[in-house]
Amino acid sequence: MTYPIHILAAIGRATIAFFASIGSVTLFIAHTIRAIFAPPYYPREILKQFIAIGYFSLPVVGLTALFTGAALALQIYAGGARFNAEAVVPSIVAIGMVRELGPVLGGLMVAGRVSSSIAAEIGTMRVTEQIDALTTLSTDPMKYLVAPRTLAATIGLPILAGIGDVIGIMGGYLVGTTRLGFNSGNYITNTIDFLETADVTSGLIKASVFGFIIAIMGAYQGYNSGRGAQGVGRATTNAVVSASVLILAANYILNELFFFA
Amino acid sequence: MIELRNISKSFGANHVLRDVSLKVDQGKSLAIIGGSGTGKSVTLKCILGLIKPDSGEILIDNQSIEGQREAFFAKFGMLFQGGALFDSLPVWHNVAFRLLQGERSKEECRDIAIQKLKRVGLQERVADLFPAELSGGMQKRVGLARAIAADPEIIFFDEPTTGLDPIMSGVINELIREIVTEMGATTMTITHDMTSVRAIADHVAMIHEGKVQWHGPVADMDAASDPYLSQFLTGSAQGPIEAVR
Repeated sequence: MTYPIHILAAIGRATIAFFASIGSVTLFIAHTIRAIFAPPYYPREILKQFIAIGYFSLPVVGLTALFTGAALALQIYAGGARFNAEAVVPSIVAIGMVRELGPVLGGLMVAGRVSSSIAAEIGTMRVTEQIDALTTLSTDPMKYLVAPRTLAATIGLPILAGIGDVIGIMGGYLVGTTRLGFNSGNYITNTIDFLETADVTSGLIKASVFGFIIAIMGAYQGYNSGRGAQGVGRATTNAVVSASVLILAANYILNELFFFA
Repeated sequence: MIELRNISKSFGANHVLRDVSLKVDQGKSLAIIGGSGTGKSVTLKCILGLIKPDSGEILIDNQSIEGQREAFFAKFGMLFQGGALFDSLPVWHNVAFRLLQGERSKEECRDIAIQKLKRVGLQERVADLFPAELSGGMQKRVGLARAIAADPEIIFFDEPTTGLDPIMSGVINELIREIVTEMGATTMTITHDMTSVRAIADHVAMIHEGKVQWHGPVADMDAASDPYLSQFLTGSAQGPIEAVR
């Protein structure tokens, strides 16, 4: 008789834990946004994080975009050949990269690189009492640690995605002109003619949202890290997993809003 | 003056602090002693506002600390157990962290930092190293230099000698005593190192199971008849304090 009650209790516990974590993430986000806008500001920290998050992610994002663009060109060519539509390669590569693959794959790669490092750094600071030390030195850790990282990622990701878009289209161009027999001039004209401003801006806005998610999940998990090496390890894993899943979910929701609302 | 009035704190069913009342007079040093997990750290964190007590009141110079923490931190310094130095910043920047937020120029802050480092027995060349490049004893000294950098009126020491060899412990104890005396600061120290207590403190409060078990001047400690305190002082496994916790 007690067996079904145990199951119910387990479901209840999981549900409560789920909503509790949604609540605490929401509060954390509200706190972060307040910390970004209210003084004091730490421009040096923002610049430092901008370099760590943006500049040092360039190789990862660039290589991801290059190979994705190249692979996309091959796939579209092969697929298009089934109904004699090989000519769409340049335009579809451009639209696919700019609207979807640039921001999403770039975001996921940066999530792996940046969410984990933010979670590990802030988690270690939590475990070694450095965050408590900041408080006693009259410095709000949300303003000094979380706000600069969030700001840097939110601004940095669209820039990375923009660069990724260009490199991805170039990857498609290289494959298109060397392997698929496209004329160089035609390829470029086709790319430019079919691409609309809304394609680019929607991709960049998505990247900005992904940047925000990456920094917030890293910071949230690190800030609430458990004790010891195990606690920091778990925070790091949780940061990458939650940031990646949230990026994909946010991507779907934003696509609905941008293109079907 | 720091005063705790009837502070209680529970985590779930675990009553960490039960009605703790303590008082440290201006310019005096109180050592809080007790075994691990008896509520010493929680007491300190309640004062810092890192943990919110369930009931009770904390007063600084007869005024409630609630809503006044910024003012409190402005005249406060703390030496953390593991140092809690910011490992992304060089030593001098750690020491001058609070000063750098004020009006002073960077050069001036650096000069003060070097002066404070010298006060705790470190050479100028240490200023540009990173915390990870220092030994445990040196990290404690840097932590001490950071705690006193802005000439605080109140200083907390959390296990100042934990993890140090006996000689280095002696050196740190002596430094703390000297610096506190010359600054005239009010201090609270958490420790279970009795050598430290005798070197640093004027008064002792022993916390056991979340309650103040014994409270009095250091000089009265050895003559006290409290069985809990005697057991703690002698470090005996036999007595009212359970050895298995």
